[in-house]
Amino acid sequence: MENMKEKEQMKSLEDIFEAKIARDEKIEPKDWMPEKYRKTHIRQISQHAHSEIVGMLPEGNWITRAPSLRRKVALLAKVQDEAGHGLYLYSACETLGISREELYDQLHSGKAKYSSIFNYPTLTWADIGAIGWLVDGAAIINQVPLCSTSFGPYARAMVRVCKEESFHQRQGYEIMMTLCNGTQEQKDMAQDALNRWWWPSLMMLGPTDDESTHTEQSMKWKLKRKTNDELRQQFIDQTVPQADILGLKVPDENLKYNNETGHYNFGDIDWEEFWQVVKGHGMCNKERISARKNAWDNGEWVRDAAIAYADKQADKEVKEAV
Amino acid sequence: MTNENLIQYIYGIADNSLILGQRISELCGHGPTLETDIAMTNMALDLLGQTRSYYQYVAELSPKDITEDDVAFLRTEREYKNVLLVEQPNTDFAYVIVRQYFFDVFHFMLLKELENSKNVNFQAIAKKSLKEVSYHKRFSGDWLKRLGDGTEESKQKAQQAIDDLWVYTDELFHMTDNDKAVSKAGYGVDTTNLKDSYYAAITSLLKEATLDIPDTKYFQKGGKNGIHTEHMGFILSDMQYMQRTYPGMKW
Repeated sequence: MENMKEKEQMKSLEDIFEAKIARDEKIEPKDWMPEKYRKTHIRQISQHAHSEIVGMLPEGNWITRAPSLRRKVALLAKVQDEAGHGLYLYSACETLGISREELYDQLHSGKAKYSSIFNYPTLTWADIGAIGWLVDGAAIINQVPLCSTSFGPYARAMVRVCKEESFHQRQGYEIMMTLCNGTQEQKDMAQDALNRWWWPSLMMLGPTDDESTHTEQSMKWKLKRKTNDELRQQFIDQTVPQADILGLKVPDENLKYNNETGHYNFGDIDWEEFWQVVKGHGMCNKERISARKNAWDNGEWVRDAAIAYADKQADKEVKEAV
Repeated sequence: MTNENLIQYIYGIADNSLILGQRISELCGHGPTLETDIAMTNMALDLLGQTRSYYQYVAELSPKDITEDDVAFLRTEREYKNVLLVEQPNTDFAYVIVRQYFFDVFHFMLLKELENSKNVNFQAIAKKSLKEVSYHKRFSGDWLKRLGDGTEESKQKAQQAIDDLWVYTDELFHMTDNDKAVSKAGYGVDTTNLKDSYYAAITSLLKEATLDIPDTKYFQKGGKNGIHTEHMGFILSDMQYMQRTYPGMKW
């Protein structure tokens, strides 16, 4: 009997939850939610947070070498924005009942994933332009729909993230534009960066729809509004004309505008490379994780000191009050 | 008071902001927590912003057709006039904080005086920078208290950093002949007057942080005359890489 009652209660909670999502209302941390919803959100939001902080590294690689003071300051501010995004996203994730330490452990142990694109190296200054233009461009396409996702803290974080990302994208494009208006050496540098970042950027929008495991459920929860292939097409359609304006050639022999569909046709993506990097064998996977792990491990004594000091201060206050 | 006097005087102040800003920038993405990472990057941004204001003024004063970037990236090592303290490496978080605190206390006092300079550009830059630097001083001072009065390990690391960096504090108050001339004319600051209150402030905070004042009789100097530690060449080879490799290009 008891069991039946529990089941009925559960069913009605689920109905309320489903109805809320259907009405486009937000699910808040204190609301009841199915365990699978909680887990999927922890997975996706933390993956997103990890991508922000790992993403600081390839760009951080050029801060000390930025070619002008203006560029140095802009790049520092951009990387700092990414730290800020990581911070709101970790906070949003923590509302689902997991601690920041656990989330970091998952990143450091390799259990949690982050966007594979950050496992590619930044070799020239033009890479900083290409990342802003292409990687942030692809990120925006992925993220704009999330501003209206069902989980309140995630949706609100994304509104702010998207505003800043679109600023970063314009900044990246402006770096490319400056290079393309510069000397032949600068143009070559820009073209080389596009050649290296184009395909990884397309891969960033995720595996093809028939390979993607989470799409259906995520669509239902508004964690996704379009499929990976639709997003990829949108990215290509938007980016190719921007490359034309720069006078750069997109490195795809099969790229061609299709008058009938109104979209660009494009060549085959090397999914083998994608899975190799996802599985941990990109050029920088090891460096990225060890940089994060070192920062955390070397910071342990600092965090311990802050806690010990705060405890001592609290004790003093109590004594003074007595 | 020639423009060249003023330019050399500006180097003595602005190069500190540039080199310390560059040093802190190295840490971006590698902080002990995300919150400290963001705060430290803010300080780097403030310092580099101040540097730009000073160097833009240098470009105005210079008889040559130069920009802030020429000033920042195209001088030789001997032409940088920053103190040795700011070029010391990021050995660990304790060194970063102690270096910052030793500099911030001085920087704040210097700007307080510079606000009364006869030169309106100095007044304006000092006024804007003071707000930023008073925050830096609070950040580094608060952290130094946490490290000093935190755990045994943090205390030992903070003390080590103090003992090692103390020798670079005296140089903050050295006056080059040019500094003397500019200060005498009412444009610059006579930093010798700041020395006592500087050490009083530092001593009081170190005491609160349960840390010891080193008993050092000898100090290092040279940066203000362009004679740097061996670290400086590496800072510059990183910082100047693009401008040296691709001369004359716009970025």
